Amino acid sequence: MELKDLYEKFRDPKTIKALAKEIEKEASKLNRDINIMEVCGGHTHTIMKYGLLQLLPKNINFIHGPGCPVCIMPKERIDHAYILSLKENVILCTLGDMIKVPGSYGSLQNARSRGADVRFVYSPLDVLKIAKENPNKKVIFFAIGFETTTPMTAALLQNVINLNLKNVLFHINHVTVPEVMRELIDSRDEHIDSYNNQIDAFLGPSHVSVIAGSKIYEEFPQKYSRPVVVAGFEPVDVMEGVLMIVRQFLKEEIKVEIQYKRSVTRDGNKRAWEMIERYFKKRDLFKWRGLGNIPKSAWQLKDEFERFDTEKIYELPKEEIEDHKLCICGDILRGMAKPTECQVFGSACTPSKPLGSCMVSSEGACAAYYKYGNLI
Amino acid sequence: MQKVITLSMGNGGLENRELLKKFVFRHLGNSFLKDAEDGTVLGEIENLVFTTDSFTINPIFFKGGDIGKLSVAGACNDLAMMGSEPKFLSLSFIIEEGFSLRDFERILRSMKKELSVNGAVVVTGDTKVVPKGACDKIYINVSAIGNRLANFSQKNIKEGDKVLLSGDIARHGATIFASREGIELENEIESDCRSLWPIVKALIDEKIFVKALRDATRGGVAAVLNEWAKDENLCFEIEEAKVNISLEVKGICEILGFEPFVLANEGTFVCVVDRKDEKRTLEILKSFNENASIIGEVTKEYMGRVILKTEWKTRRFLDMPSGEILPRIC
Ligand code: SF4
Repeated sequence: MELKDLYEKFRDPKTIKALAKEIEKEASKLNRDINIMEVCGGHTHTIMKYGLLQLLPKNINFIHGPGCPVCIMPKERIDHAYILSLKENVILCTLGDMIKVPGSYGSLQNARSRGADVRFVYSPLDVLKIAKENPNKKVIFFAIGFETTTPMTAALLQNVINLNLKNVLFHINHVTVPEVMRELIDSRDEHIDSYNNQIDAFLGPSHVSVIAGSKIYEEFPQKYSRPVVVAGFEPVDVMEGVLMIVRQFLKEEIKVEIQYKRSVTRDGNKRAWEMIERYFKKRDLFKWRGLGNIPKSAWQLKDEFERFDTEKIYELPKEEIEDHKLCICGDILRGMAKPTECQVFGSACTPSKPLGSCMVSSEGACAAYYKYGNLI
Repeated sequence: MQKVITLSMGNGGLENRELLKKFVFRHLGNSFLKDAEDGTVLGEIENLVFTTDSFTINPIFFKGGDIGKLSVAGACNDLAMMGSEPKFLSLSFIIEEGFSLRDFERILRSMKKELSVNGAVVVTGDTKVVPKGACDKIYINVSAIGNRLANFSQKNIKEGDKVLLSGDIARHGATIFASREGIELENEIESDCRSLWPIVKALIDEKIFVKALRDATRGGVAAVLNEWAKDENLCFEIEEAKVNISLEVKGICEILGFEPFVLANEGTFVCVVDRKDEKRTLEILKSFNENASIIGEVTKEYMGRVILKTEWKTRRFLDMPSGEILPRIC
């Protein structure tokens, strides 16, 4: 197989146009609007980058959900990273855009210019090499991400134990998708109740289900009569996912469906899941930026691995930090507002000077709107 | 044993003279250098243009070029983009102690070749050797003087003008990334590193009404178009499908999650011409690189912004690149 086979047919203009037509035809038979929440920032990015909103009929809308691991990271935890990185003899490793998000002291980039050794890795396992090359330093892995990256962090810990490396520590911020989805539709909180009925269906991220299976979404059609379609990240995948949702409404058949049959099954990757459960346990509460504390929505290291856990080893600040008062990231993550409704969008808040976290990562809704525009 | 550059070769004394004579002068020598004292007398140039650039690329040898070729081509391209014929270069090396003499010679050889493509000569220079660890292998600074033959200016860009690319994009950035990340592909990609003066000269000779030229180095095509759009308060509307990108580059971007529009080029330029000249310009560009293409036009729809049109008729902004894309790419 050639590399291009991996993506080319999923961006084929003819297929995209044909799907747009089909969606329009089917949606015109519905006499209602459908608001689809794409849970994952990867989908937000695809939708904006490929201009898919422009292809959809008026009665199909997207609500941009909370599935961007960088965007939902509360400031106090970014501060943890900042503080840890500036400790003596520490190399702090993390993934992607995490380096750019400002906490209350600044971003990891700022820490770096103050002398911290902050490195960004493509894969958690890259940390092993760094640790071996720097035996006299503590290498702290600041772990972020959903079910997709959690097994990789588990694999890193497994290697650290097997290789008996003494200088690798962790700061775990892995979060889980179903809990936040449930929170979004099930919360009894008055404020949150007000948008309760806006989400009609979910587009679930394929990579999460590669690991966790599609079964994690079964409660949504069953308990809340919201369809879930697990879709891939290419434009053809997203369009096909939308079509499947529209058809579910037409047939009045609400269920979990898999668009991304290329590698998603009902049960997911059992071995990867076992890895997660071997090293991690659920936190009682985890604060999501903009959404507040959500029960059982994140992982932490099990007690027997405490010696690797920087939250146990170091004294790190616990107080919650409020977001900038003009920032409406929380409302955006909940689907109550669009980025352009924020007063400071594109003026005081831009990707190079983000006020809120949705502007930081290219998967954040604000950054995607700023970057790609919402052109017609 | 492999011969290496030692600290004493940068001491200004005997070993230093040896290094210059045996290596630098042997490859790059000319009458100017021969007669040089503390400075060089150049004679007169009518429309003098002056530029400087430093090169710290890692790795120093890459597919399609090396730091020597890159530095000569890079400095000369800065002149060429101004419509200036490259004439005289100064050359400063900062070399890490222990650097292989054979590699040094290899670099000098490719500089020589690139100088002849541009018809330029090195007229003055300097070599410093620093202790191990004080620099990474070799850094090169090149300053260049050219003679301006045509007055391109982005100020002349107006609505209706056509935008062209001199070749496929993102090769240099993708090549450097691939080599640093150790990505191996079936079909190797090569940097587009090349001197652009011969192409520019052809445009001038054919009397094309060129409004502006810019080689799309750091920040890639996205940076060039956005700068023009913002500076001149115009809108650039680009058809994505017209921008050629090789399959290998697409693959690397796929693996590493980059947008080809922001990756660096080292021998590919964006060019705005009067619409009456678009066809002839394309012919000329294609005679140098068959991947040249007309990619869009200048409008006034969203002032200061660049718009990309997809093949399925949706549109989006192409934004100015920001953040650390990649250090030490040139
Ligand atoms: S534009 Fe900035 S301040 Fe406004 S909601 Fe988005 S991230 Fe927050």
